[in-house]
Amino acid sequence: MIKIAGLSRTFRGKSGTVEALRDINLDVADGEFLAVIGRSGCGKSTLLRIIAGLIPPSQGEVLVAGDRVARPRRDVAMVFQRPALLPWRSVRENVMLPVEIFRWQRAKHRDHVQRLLEMTGLESFADRLPHELSGGMQQRVSLCRALIQRPKVLLMDEPFSALDALTREELAVELQRIHMELGTTVVFVTHSIQEAVLLADRVAVLSARPGRLRELVDIAIPRPRTFGHNAHMEEVAAASAELHQLLLGDHLPQVATAG
Amino acid sequence: MTDKTTDAGPRRLWFNAGLPTLGVALALGIWWLIIIAFGIDSFWLPAPPDVLEAFQRLPGHLIEQAGVTLMTTTVGFAIGAVGGAAVAVLFAASRTIERMTMPLIAAVNAVPKAALAPLLIVWIGLNTQAKIVMVVLLCFFPVLVSTMAGLTSVPNDLREVAHSLSASWWQTFLKIRMAWALPQIFVGLKVASSLAIIGAVIAELTNPERGLGSVVVSSSQSADTPLAFAALTLLALMGAGLFYLVTALERLLVPWARAISS
Ligand SMILES: Nc1ncnc2c1ncn2[C@@H]1O[C@H](COP(=O)(O)OP(=O)(O)OP(=O)(O)O)[C@@H](O)[C@H]1O
Ligand SMILES: [Mg+2]
Repeated sequence: MIKIAGLSRTFRGKSGTVEALRDINLDVADGEFLAVIGRSGCGKSTLLRIIAGLIPPSQGEVLVAGDRVARPRRDVAMVFQRPALLPWRSVRENVMLPVEIFRWQRAKHRDHVQRLLEMTGLESFADRLPHELSGGMQQRVSLCRALIQRPKVLLMDEPFSALDALTREELAVELQRIHMELGTTVVFVTHSIQEAVLLADRVAVLSARPGRLRELVDIAIPRPRTFGHNAHMEEVAAASAELHQLLLGDHLPQVATAG
Repeated sequence: MTDKTTDAGPRRLWFNAGLPTLGVALALGIWWLIIIAFGIDSFWLPAPPDVLEAFQRLPGHLIEQAGVTLMTTTVGFAIGAVGGAAVAVLFAASRTIERMTMPLIAAVNAVPKAALAPLLIVWIGLNTQAKIVMVVLLCFFPVLVSTMAGLTSVPNDLREVAHSLSASWWQTFLKIRMAWALPQIFVGLKVASSLAIIGAVIAELTNPERGLGSVVVSSSQSADTPLAFAALTLLALMGAGLFYLVTALERLLVPWARAISS
């Protein structure tokens, strides 16, 4: 579904250039759940933004469903770290935003909105405004807004990192259910090894700046997976330990040199 | 129903109407007390009953002149507000136009408007239009600046959402930037609502033919201070009315703004 070939990205700013990503090669299969982890600043968000067509790569290319990505596509949806909801629109109208922007017929998508809200347990909040919802619920709305596009690819940039620990786990389990139900290809950036092991088919570990693909780790634990006690504790522990090792073994980020 | 919901109504009434009334009553009381305590003559500072009496002497005249001022004020306010917002939209659409015209507008705004009043009479004449232009001049800038600030303050994460959906400039403008700017626009409208009355009165003082400003001029010429105060009181009421009207409109149109800013 996604093919990343020789991808590099350098930012040129006033204070010099930053090499964010270097020579990333990676294929994501149809329906696969790929988690991306790495130290802060290693280019995870940059990678996602390039796949989304929000910024161009410096070198290399990204193909989604065989087409080279040059601008945002309707079948690729993004969920950001913050819910980014329109505060004056109700939950339902927020989810409708992509439908309006794409000039699709609203009537044809009402049922879909309703189904998504039910799937995420938001049906009784459909007419509330965002500020009346908890952070976790707001992020669910944000997920619904992405899913209304019926995306082939769902890109998620640390979607749960602003939430408390319990809500994170709850939403992660929910995301697993949604992924199993819809079979969407997901690229999921996270700082949490736990989340990666719960959700991913494979985990891409990036090295510190410049971000390079350090390792691809297969997580071969049958779904549905759960946090806490379960039948695959050993596999979970082994996978977590391996990811830990890879992240810790990474070079510590260079202390900023003067200049 | 719990106790909390049953007494929410009276409590809100007390908060929204009771307290402001009490404040006004207290201020009037202190004013009156000072006049009695120091034995001030009503020629210098009239007591509340003197002002009331002056109003009862000429109610029809005062109401009529208040109507004239109110008309000048609201028409000028409406033109200034719509114009300010429209120019802000134009600036948002074209940085070239903004760069070219903004210094000019800022310079014009820096000129004391009171000094322009006699010139307006020369240019436009001794008529209502000249007065309305004065109000427009005062209302235009605050609305322009606040609308520009609102349109450019859209947070990055919302811009990013629009970008990731490939929204066109117009879609982003209509569905996101305009709504986002509304609370800020209302800040400008409130400032402009007070300036509108000031503008109308400045114009009427320079050209004292009609309106409450002219009542102030003629009553001071005939040493009728209570009448001048009656006119000033009406102006104050008008200003407060306009301000609260804008505030009510704001609560109606942007109920979410207070919730997210607290
Ligand atoms: N628009 C930009 N201009 C200049 N430099 C940028 C820009 N965006 C990102 N960078 C730099 O690129 C590097 C990678 O940034 P990126 O946001 O992709 O990291 P990240 O892995 O998502 O970090 P985090 O885990 O903290 O979110 C950082 O050093 C950052 O400073
Ligand atoms: Mg990031």
